[in-house]
Amino acid sequence: MTADQHLPDALAELVDDFTSVDPPDRLQLLLELSDELPELPQRYVERSEQMEQVHECQTPLFLAVEVEAGDDHVVHLFFDAPPEAPTTRGFAGILRSGLDGLPAEEVLAVPDDVPFKFGLGEAVSPLRLRGMVAMLGRIKRQVREKTAA
Amino acid sequence: MSLPLDDDAKIATYAHPERLVTTGWLAQHLGEPGLVVVESDEDVLLYDTGHIPGAVKVDWHLDLNDPTTRDYVDGARFAEVMGSRGIGRDTTVVVYGDKSNWWAAYALWVFTLFGHTDVRLLDGGRAKWVAEGREMTRDVPTPEPVEYPVVERDDSVIRAFKEDVLAHLGQPIVDVRSPGEYTGELLHMPDYPQEGAMRGGHVPGAKSVPWSRAAAEDSTFRTRQELESIYLSEKGLSPQDDVIAYCRIGERSSHTWFVLSQLLGFSKVRNYDGSWTEWGNSVRVPIATGPEA
Repeated sequence: MTADQHLPDALAELVDDFTSVDPPDRLQLLLELSDELPELPQRYVERSEQMEQVHECQTPLFLAVEVEAGDDHVVHLFFDAPPEAPTTRGFAGILRSGLDGLPAEEVLAVPDDVPFKFGLGEAVSPLRLRGMVAMLGRIKRQVREKTAA
Repeated sequence: MSLPLDDDAKIATYAHPERLVTTGWLAQHLGEPGLVVVESDEDVLLYDTGHIPGAVKVDWHLDLNDPTTRDYVDGARFAEVMGSRGIGRDTTVVVYGDKSNWWAAYALWVFTLFGHTDVRLLDGGRAKWVAEGREMTRDVPTPEPVEYPVVERDDSVIRAFKEDVLAHLGQPIVDVRSPGEYTGELLHMPDYPQEGAMRGGHVPGAKSVPWSRAAAEDSTFRTRQELESIYLSEKGLSPQDDVIAYCRIGERSSHTWFVLSQLLGFSKVRNYDGSWTEWGNSVRVPIATGPEA
């Protein structure tokens, strides 16, 4: 499996990290990302109506996308998922570590099938990956909307 | 060699008290030879965030489902899964999990297809153990592999296929999904992904009893009396009935299968694991919509 050359550096690095180890270790990496998912900033705490729910995830996950006003339209991502949903949190962790701080253009250029490039199908089953596909789709839609003006 | 039964007063009232243990019983027997504790959750990583000390993980997707055919694993693969977890044919297995033991009951049902004799559920599951402040760990045990015999799965007693349900129309069928899924208003569980049924509704004649009605707030099973008032008084079922339960893919209905067959002592209960994702998509199969007739 080779890393896609069009992927942003941080995301490509994650793909390498995951695919260079065996499936059980991929689960451990996912667990680390779940553990390290940053807490929601105060401005979103208890204001889930300002966040978008990703219904395709097995457990409720909320996400918020902010785009900076500058020319690069730098993207920031915020996620909220309970500790009882570590897989969903891990998926959010991959997208946050791989995409946060990038210009909108680079986020929009990320292929929609990137969730399948981490070798996670074997580790968590392909069915469970749908949640990450949906998260990415919703992030890109929000970035598109917020840069359209 | 089996471990002693839990002589808890509530458990003693059920038809098969040998199928259930309390958190207190488990805490007392943890680490004893002949016992293996299995965690089975919806979320494949939940075990890794912390589990009951010494417990091993069995995942419904990765360990119990065949990777290609829509079916359960065969005898050889099941023997591999069990042996690698240190489970022998005569081991006492206690299964627990998240969501009121919904997935744990599913694992127990699959273990029963392979005729594993002594498999019990932890009443209240993971949530109750955690709520009681009992020990959890991230240490993953490395069990000594043991020989588990290759046993043919027996699908004839507790499993129903589509053809069985078609032949069963007119006899008791229990739909354990949410009310919206039953009426046909929703194609999937609230807040869950759409898993691809073409039509919404239920098997004609099915009674609607959402699975979670059998679970109390602390995730334990409701008392025998409470369960009887739901399934016998309210729904008119009788322990002599031949009953088929179904849901979306057969996991929630495993919980109801456990309640009817193990707790209330119904003599013939089958789980239709093809459930709505098969029935709702099948050609020339009748469905009904709207509230219970």
